[in-house]
Amino acid sequence: MSEFLQQLLNGLSLGAIYALIALGYTMVYGVLRFINFAHSDVFMVGAFLGYYLGKFIPENTVGGGLLILLGAMLGCAVLGMTIERLAYRPLRGAATLNVLITAIGVSLLLEYSGQVFFGATPRTFPAVFPSANFTLGGLVISSNQVVVIVVTALLMVGLQFIVYRTKIGTAMRAVSLNPKAAQLVGVNNDIVISFTFGLGSALAGAGGILYALNYPSIDPLMGVMPGLKAFVAAVLGGIGNIPGAALGGLLLGTVETFVNGSQWSTYKDAIAFAILIIILLFRPAGLLGKASVEKV
Amino acid sequence: MKKTALSLLLVTLALGARAAEPIKLGEYASLTGKEAGFGQTSHQGIVLAIEEINAAGGVLGRPLELVAEDNQTKPGESATAVKKLISRDKVVALIGEVSSGRSLEAAPIAQQAKIPMVAPAATNPKVTQTGSYIFRVCFIDPFQGTVMAKFAKEDLKARKVAILSSVSNAYSLGLAKFFKETFIPAGGEVVTEKNFSEGDKDFRAQLTAVKAAGADAVFVPGYYTECALIVRQARDLGLTMPFFGGDGWEDEQLLKIGGEALNGCYYSTHFSAENTDPVVAAFTAKYKARWNGESPGAFSALGYDAVYVLADALKRAGATDGPKLRAALAATKAFPGVTGVTTIDKDRNATKSATIIALKDGKATFFKTVAP
Repeated sequence: MSEFLQQLLNGLSLGAIYALIALGYTMVYGVLRFINFAHSDVFMVGAFLGYYLGKFIPENTVGGGLLILLGAMLGCAVLGMTIERLAYRPLRGAATLNVLITAIGVSLLLEYSGQVFFGATPRTFPAVFPSANFTLGGLVISSNQVVVIVVTALLMVGLQFIVYRTKIGTAMRAVSLNPKAAQLVGVNNDIVISFTFGLGSALAGAGGILYALNYPSIDPLMGVMPGLKAFVAAVLGGIGNIPGAALGGLLLGTVETFVNGSQWSTYKDAIAFAILIIILLFRPAGLLGKASVEKV
Repeated sequence: MKKTALSLLLVTLALGARAAEPIKLGEYASLTGKEAGFGQTSHQGIVLAIEEINAAGGVLGRPLELVAEDNQTKPGESATAVKKLISRDKVVALIGEVSSGRSLEAAPIAQQAKIPMVAPAATNPKVTQTGSYIFRVCFIDPFQGTVMAKFAKEDLKARKVAILSSVSNAYSLGLAKFFKETFIPAGGEVVTEKNFSEGDKDFRAQLTAVKAAGADAVFVPGYYTECALIVRQARDLGLTMPFFGGDGWEDEQLLKIGGEALNGCYYSTHFSAENTDPVVAAFTAKYKARWNGESPGAFSALGYDAVYVLADALKRAGATDGPKLRAALAATKAFPGVTGVTTIDKDRNATKSATIIALKDGKATFFKTVAP
């Protein structure tokens, strides 16, 4: 039983990070209907920002840790908005495929400039939050896992608040529903899209820090696998749907962890992705997605 | 008249250049990427050896020239790099790789082109089984697996061992297999076996299962990036038993990532800079002088030895063509190197002793040497 609970905890803390990254994919998709493949690299930049900020901010304090988290989120928000301004805005109105290819280009640009600027060798991420382990029965809880789950939960509640209770959130939903109509009623699409990118990228930055906190070896290609899994999580939950992305991330993280702990650990990714295929066969729009009719 | 003088001059220049035309050696290594530590350390050893040989007048009256290619630690890149080295740079021999998996990618190409390849540290037996042109200057995994199985039984006094191996890595799977072949007949028990993939960052699931299985020690035959994270996460989960592995643990990054968590862990390797043998001490001093005070690792020493074994074979062959060089390499006997005395056996492997390193207080310390 304690092994089951331990695996559940491991799975939830891994899934929480997938969920944070998945939110960024899903938000951009919701507003612009395209997959921002550069998102997973913004996640990597977030981890590196934390690494460099860690050199100036004292390690092992809660205040310092939060400062690093905020700094990385801010830096990533600026990066995300810059990418949108320079790479995607000039293509607004062009075919989705063009934007998609540009996104892949930006992703590769970030990965390989990362290799030039940060170096290709993996670095050790500093312990930015004080860490301790608690034992509860047979269950060992590391404070970093708790930090991941709590920070993710808070960010999601915050996101839900922004999207449903603020003016800019209403504007985001309006653009998502129908960009032309939104413009007609006075919504400035450019600002809304820029804000969406900023918000999504800030979440990716937070994800980067939380990931590096748990797996303290960071390199410029670290975003590739978590990015792919988060993308899958977003599709699993129903792309464009915010609670769906969170659910998809948690589900994927948990399944992956349980398979990993079983005798089939060799097939961990194969089983996780097979489950995805099965779910999509029965619910093509994802777990929480609404099936919509494409009008031609 | 002037024209004749000029053409004479050109001919003389051409002849002069011809006489001192360098012998090209190709190196392919993981100079960047996830296992950059492996590539960089072996590369530094290789460069040092080539500079020494050239300062002493080169080989066969010609200097050695190193053409290095980076495979970025990526699957598939080694084959491309080696094809380029053979067809465009026309190298006479290849040095590489530290990893067995990447050596196995390059070996068939070298074999087909009849260009001898010397792997500094690829320990999986399959590497040299590829063909008659593939050699290595290190011990092989059956030996390393046996050494670690005996070590677990006798030094760690472990009866129940768990194994975590990398499913995408020929080296790791081989080492796990050879470990079991000695450990189980010796009365040991493997309580659980779990897998991970290269590039994984989360091992808590496998470690939770290891904890539930109640192992006395955990054998992790992987590479340093994953192994350091595994031990750290194990300590987070409250696993206090020793973890031990093979030469894939050998890198400075292991301690940088793993830190205090690695206390009480062990690994087997080819060389220790702390060894007081005079040959090793002299090499360590030269290496530190050349590379800003950096201490040589096992792969630096093996890269260094690989160049000297090749240079020795070139001298005995008296030529640079593939078949002659191959025959000379195969005849290498009792060649004294910094990683021990190298004799190439009929399977083109080297027989050598292994060194066991203990990790204590954030440092790698010499534990003991095990003779073959």
